[in-house]
Amino acid sequence: MTPSSVLILGARSDIGRAVARRFARAGASVILAARRSNELAADVSDLAIRHKVKAEAIEFDVTDGDPEAFFEALPTLPDVVVMVVGLLGDQARSETDLEAATAVMAANFTGPVAYLLAAARRLEARGSGCIVGISSVAGDRGRKSNYVYGSAKAGFTAFLSGLRNRLFGQGVAVITVKPGFVATQMTAGLKLPPLLTAQPGEVADAIWTAVEKRKDVIYIRPIWRLIMMAIQNVPEPLFKRLSL
Amino acid sequence: MLANPACTPTLLSGWGRYPRLEGRLATPRTADDLAACLSSAPLAARGNARSYGDASFGSGLTVDMRRLGRLLDFDDGTGELRCEAGVLLSEIVEVFTPRGWFPPVTPGTKYVTVGGMVASDVHGKNHHGAGSFCDHVVSLRLALGDGTVLTCSPHEHPELFAATCGGMGLTGLVLEVTFRLVPVRTSVIVQETIRAPDLAAAMEIFEREVGRTYSVAWIDCLASGPDLGRSVIVLGEHAAPDDLEPGRCDAPFARPPARTRRVPVDFPAFALNRLSVSLFNRLYYGTHGPGRKLVDLDPYFYPLDAIQDWNRIYGRGGFVQYQCVLPLETSREGLEALLTEIARVGLASFLAVLKRLGRESFGYLSFPREGYTLALDFPANPDTFALLERLDRIVLEGGGRLYLAKDARMSAPMFRAGYPRLAQFNAVRRRYGVERRFRSALAERLEL
Repeated sequence: MTPSSVLILGARSDIGRAVARRFARAGASVILAARRSNELAADVSDLAIRHKVKAEAIEFDVTDGDPEAFFEALPTLPDVVVMVVGLLGDQARSETDLEAATAVMAANFTGPVAYLLAAARRLEARGSGCIVGISSVAGDRGRKSNYVYGSAKAGFTAFLSGLRNRLFGQGVAVITVKPGFVATQMTAGLKLPPLLTAQPGEVADAIWTAVEKRKDVIYIRPIWRLIMMAIQNVPEPLFKRLSL
Repeated sequence: MLANPACTPTLLSGWGRYPRLEGRLATPRTADDLAACLSSAPLAARGNARSYGDASFGSGLTVDMRRLGRLLDFDDGTGELRCEAGVLLSEIVEVFTPRGWFPPVTPGTKYVTVGGMVASDVHGKNHHGAGSFCDHVVSLRLALGDGTVLTCSPHEHPELFAATCGGMGLTGLVLEVTFRLVPVRTSVIVQETIRAPDLAAAMEIFEREVGRTYSVAWIDCLASGPDLGRSVIVLGEHAAPDDLEPGRCDAPFARPPARTRRVPVDFPAFALNRLSVSLFNRLYYGTHGPGRKLVDLDPYFYPLDAIQDWNRIYGRGGFVQYQCVLPLETSREGLEALLTEIARVGLASFLAVLKRLGRESFGYLSFPREGYTLALDFPANPDTFALLERLDRIVLEGGGRLYLAKDARMSAPMFRAGYPRLAQFNAVRRRYGVERRFRSALAERLEL
């Protein structure tokens, strides 16, 4: 399937911007959805000039608003819906500050689920389309360094898996993306190992290919599949002693 | 209260990888990030870091502008483009050439940002006719670091405009640039190559062919005695559809697949020596037979871009580029003295380019002026620095100057002697209150 339109939820993020460029390059029209969407004017004009596609920005807050009303207000139902929103948060703070922990869970799990359920119903009714969720390798196993974020992503991964199961045979594909480290604003200031760190453009290319080939679960750099397989297979009595 | 800009300690350098400085690098992605950066002083703007020396970083905060690189407006009737400073020239070539528009001026690499092209007021092979890049700039948006953002142009804040064009990023942070592209009918260049056995012949050809759109000479600076100044002059015109081979006329903007290679490792210091460079130059002279042919714009304008990271052939120690311009009256004598000195020392310069420049630009610190410019690469080492001191004296005697975008080592007095409009530049910086807010390592070295 070569999509002709895409909705990007969380379009101000580096991955969101890269995905918008990738789809526009292939000629797809683009709806950029984010908070403070007025600040996306430059991105909208860039997509329109560079790729000669229709582009627009709309207001969207994953933890606020009514998903039904949001999708009702869309000019057209897009071929592809990409959920990019995520919030890393600060693990230490999440452990002591319930509000901070709740915000992480809302941005990574409950919010995205609410919006994707609304999207799923519409795509299912139409009988075509694709839902892409950016989850995380952090959801593959809880570790003390980021388990609030990780558990929310684990929930999101499970949600996407169930949704894929439900929509199978209905013409709607669901793709789970587990990027690993990506050089973005979210990770700015962290020392990331270059070989394990993807650029936003790589993530966007992988998503484009996954949509065209209707894949199920993708990692960006293949090595992450191995790393996470190893991490998942460490026996719990040993795992609990590790500092990961 | 603005948050401190997120920044990472990074070893910073320019394209020559000399000098290097452990600095703080911030990469703003949004208006808020940018505001946070601008509240920090002193700061140095960085584009794609293709200036050779120490212009693109500083001891304060260095601001990488590449993430703010969006196309904002394009008028396909006039070719007027408004874009953010972080847009790469390569993106402009890629997007607009197929639509029949080309940059009015292009330097020898397309991996420069538009902001950097303004800051260095870059020139190209068409300087004798088209002037430098800023001659085609309609207006700029410039952040002064105190919360003010000004539009400057030949009509609005004209003196700030003249200081900013070629001002090496020292008058504020260039946020947006509006400039005019020029129409082209194909992506092909009709290239004509002429061999010149010596310097006099090369200069004669430049003067005779001054009506051509593009001209440049590759000069063999190891040739000496009667061969001094032996060179290959390459002229170019944008091809019309009728110039193309039959069968290509219906695809005037078709591009051959890009073939790039990468220099995978730093070469050891001995790899470049008199022998290898002399062989390269002889080969170049030998294979560039005279005649006309059609070439794609990439190999014509950006031959070195085909080899990614070519700066690594100079090894870990880095290299310096020496680019001077001499006024027309002293060019002949000065170039002879420079080439004689270089040939005498026998230091290997891999790349040596000679070019006739047109009239002086309006930018107070713009490099181009009517005369001849010579550009040379040398490995960064004590022998080179001693040679360059001697070349400085020849340039100074001839009333010439060095290009700030290339320079990594000249002295403050040498700089002041070459740039008589420095006083106007400094006055504008003081008047707009930016002289302490925007500082690069180059500014500190040259006591700017």
